[in-house]
Amino acid sequence: MSARDDTFMSVGIVMLVHTALHRAEQVARHWTAAGCPVVIHVDAKVPRKTHAAFVQSLSDDLMIHFSRRHRCEWGTWGIVAATQSACELLLGLYPQVRHVYLASGSCLPLRPVEELIAYLAERPRTDFIESATTADVPWTVGGLDEERFTLRFPFSWKKHRYLFDRYVELQRRLRIKRRIPNGIVPHMGSQWWCLTRRTLTAILQDPDRPLYDRYFRRVWIPDESYFQTLARLYSENIESRSLTLSKFDFQGKPHIFYDDHLQLLRRSDCFVARKIWPHAERLYQAFLSDNAGQANRAEPNPGKIDRIFARAVDRRTKGRPGLYMQSRFPNWGWENGLTSNPYSVFHGFAELFEDFETWLARATGARVHGHLFAPERAEFAGGERMINGALSDGAATRDYAPESFLANLIWNTRGERQCFQFGPRDNQKIAEFFARDPNAQVSVITGAWAIPLFKSNRNFADLRKEAARLQKIEKDFLDVLHWQSTKARVRVWSMAEFVEAPMEPIQTIIDEITPAGHPRLTEAPRMVDLRGFGQFLQNLKNQGMHPYLMGDFPVENSRADRSRPKRKPYLVR
Amino acid sequence: MGAWQSYRLRLQRKRWLVRAFRKRRELKRIADRTAQIRTDDLLLLCTQRNERVRLPYFLRYYRSLGINHFLFVDNDSDDGSLDYLAKQPDVSVWHTGASYKRSRFGVDWLNWLARKYGHGHWCLTVDPDEFLIYPFCDTRPLRALTDWLDASSIRSFPAMLLDMYPKGRLNEQGYEPGQDPIEIACWFDSGNYTIRRNKRFGNLWIQGGPRARVFFPDQPEKAPALNKIPLVKWHRNYVYVSSTHMLLPRGLNLVYDEWGGEKASGLLLHAKFLNTFPAKAKEELERKQHYAASVEYRAYAEKLEENPDLWCKWSEKYINWRQLEILGLMSKGNWA
Repeated sequence: MSARDDTFMSVGIVMLVHTALHRAEQVARHWTAAGCPVVIHVDAKVPRKTHAAFVQSLSDDLMIHFSRRHRCEWGTWGIVAATQSACELLLGLYPQVRHVYLASGSCLPLRPVEELIAYLAERPRTDFIESATTADVPWTVGGLDEERFTLRFPFSWKKHRYLFDRYVELQRRLRIKRRIPNGIVPHMGSQWWCLTRRTLTAILQDPDRPLYDRYFRRVWIPDESYFQTLARLYSENIESRSLTLSKFDFQGKPHIFYDDHLQLLRRSDCFVARKIWPHAERLYQAFLSDNAGQANRAEPNPGKIDRIFARAVDRRTKGRPGLYMQSRFPNWGWENGLTSNPYSVFHGFAELFEDFETWLARATGARVHGHLFAPERAEFAGGERMINGALSDGAATRDYAPESFLANLIWNTRGERQCFQFGPRDNQKIAEFFARDPNAQVSVITGAWAIPLFKSNRNFADLRKEAARLQKIEKDFLDVLHWQSTKARVRVWSMAEFVEAPMEPIQTIIDEITPAGHPRLTEAPRMVDLRGFGQFLQNLKNQGMHPYLMGDFPVENSRADRSRPKRKPYLVR
Repeated sequence: MGAWQSYRLRLQRKRWLVRAFRKRRELKRIADRTAQIRTDDLLLLCTQRNERVRLPYFLRYYRSLGINHFLFVDNDSDDGSLDYLAKQPDVSVWHTGASYKRSRFGVDWLNWLARKYGHGHWCLTVDPDEFLIYPFCDTRPLRALTDWLDASSIRSFPAMLLDMYPKGRLNEQGYEPGQDPIEIACWFDSGNYTIRRNKRFGNLWIQGGPRARVFFPDQPEKAPALNKIPLVKWHRNYVYVSSTHMLLPRGLNLVYDEWGGEKASGLLLHAKFLNTFPAKAKEELERKQHYAASVEYRAYAEKLEENPDLWCKWSEKYINWRQLEILGLMSKGNWA
């Protein structure tokens, strides 16, 4: 004992307990086994019988004591009062105690207690208490930060939320503000601290303590501010961090540790963690068994745990963009990404160029589909009847929920760029969706729908009717693209414009699709033979149907045309 | 939603409660061990008919998750399943010969049992061919989930039906009692689901999967609903409205996030498609006791003549919950 004299009983534990008493018992015994006296505060809400049994079960351990019981309701003064009486008892009983560690019943020491004792012995004058001014931290939940200290909170937030909110509102309206006594500067921080006897007694024996107590009694969540504020008055050396690893989620509720966190907790090198799920048998077994300390253990390093919990909060608040599922179905405008990945929509290209899809696939390495929204079926790349995710090409299923279809397709093929053709023959319902989607790159050649008509052998009266229909649909489509809500990257050319100088726009589009450093295009797509197209348009006009979306195509002299030798197809360079 | 509509939903809820109360008389107590139920116990409620072959594994699976007590309604089985259930130490079972259809597909019976025994408990309502998967289910028992839901003030937990199927014809592999059906039916569709919002009840309506793909390619609107909310911290005033697809009060249906985030969710692996299925489908079709004039079973019967292969080259093989999470079929939410 003499060898440990200077550190023996130098650290005392105050434990606030309200449930899972058997776990609290285990942990308390673990502390005392290492020579740390423990004072336990049991919430007054615990039934007397349960409490008596608990006290009885620990009666054989002489270093465990019980302090006067207070009612501890979340966010109220009771927790501070409980801490005060427990600390007073501990400091009175054990004059050797130099540091008091505040823990809860669901805290679990992760490193051998001796290491904690040694760590604190090396820092005899340091107070470990997270303490920051309200202006400097974004922790607050529920929109109350500075007002925690300037309003009164007589109503329970958990039980009487309505009264709580109304009373806050009322005080705001009447501009009632409390005076903060003696000009102390309110600080906040984690409820779990480790203070030196010096600081703690200075707080507890302060002649102004009744004044402070009266003030904090009506502060919102005083357990996160009472000691945090008053320690600033007396401590000469504050380390503003908690030795207890404790993570909070986006609602301000502590994350819970389970058996599968064992390795993470081991590697965190933290002294104590909370909250531990009471049934996490493996954790309790692993950390409370008499494990030898590892040599050269570093400072606590909860980085990895931080990242895991930060990711969880992210998933809960932002989710995975472009995912629609049973527990994520965003309202209009709140999608945080309508689809998961960038994709391209080509309008009129497959009509203007021969075998455009093959060419595009070769030029970009992307997966190039035909008209995904064609009336007959979804024309998947390579004539497939089904695609990733067992998404089938049936028109009925697709048109039942076109937006789901596209979002699914993009989600299922994550990691591979998707391109598809679109035109006025297709189901137009999807246009509003991709127009709104910043992931969509939409390139439009207007009027190209006339080319298949021009090439077809159909009855001219039918053609005329079909042309009028398609032109109307395309006009509506262009209107959609011009809506205020459009977020897609939209480029529109009239056909006449595009035929004039096709290579430049194509290069721009391809550059956007392929990653930087991709070689420039060497091979150009072959444009269809447009001889006689001007005349075809003129014929439509002569029939009283005015095709205007393609721009101006001069009528060639048909006789001169015939006399000329057959031209090679228009090759774009 | 206006006050008028919420009043009407309230009336509707009362009506289902009254109906459940009336239907209680159709239930005959066979083995009542409900006195064993302790305050915090996790309960499972289930209606079954002639599922003797599935029961051993079903009970084993849910016992291992940590279900403390099973409440079964046996709908006139003649395959010995009633005796089998009555012998289990943690099962209470009621028998009924009444119409499944007129009890609204078992909902009235289970609403009654939940009201009577489930108040204040976490109640899991599933069919004998449904297996609950939730985040971390390989390392954390069901109680870890319900404790977390309690701490987060969440009252209901969604788990979409995920239809599982074997590779090859249904009758190629025989299912043995006690066997894990997912060993045989280990394939699923990962990305062909459609979602709509049901404005009235506030729930999502999800369709798709192999049943929509194979049995309803031309009438997708008739494909069965896959959204389910099987796990609820029961209160005696709650009712299931239609199967476990939706509940009243409607706040319980809001299990999805509307502001871009993800709430936690699980899946019910649906091992319907085993070699036992064709016979079952035939029997059910003859009984005409299923939803919407058994349209689903009629579609099955038509296709089953062809003995179809539900498997396709884009089917995914089931590995674990993490795979399902990555595929976006379920989510950890902020549980970590």
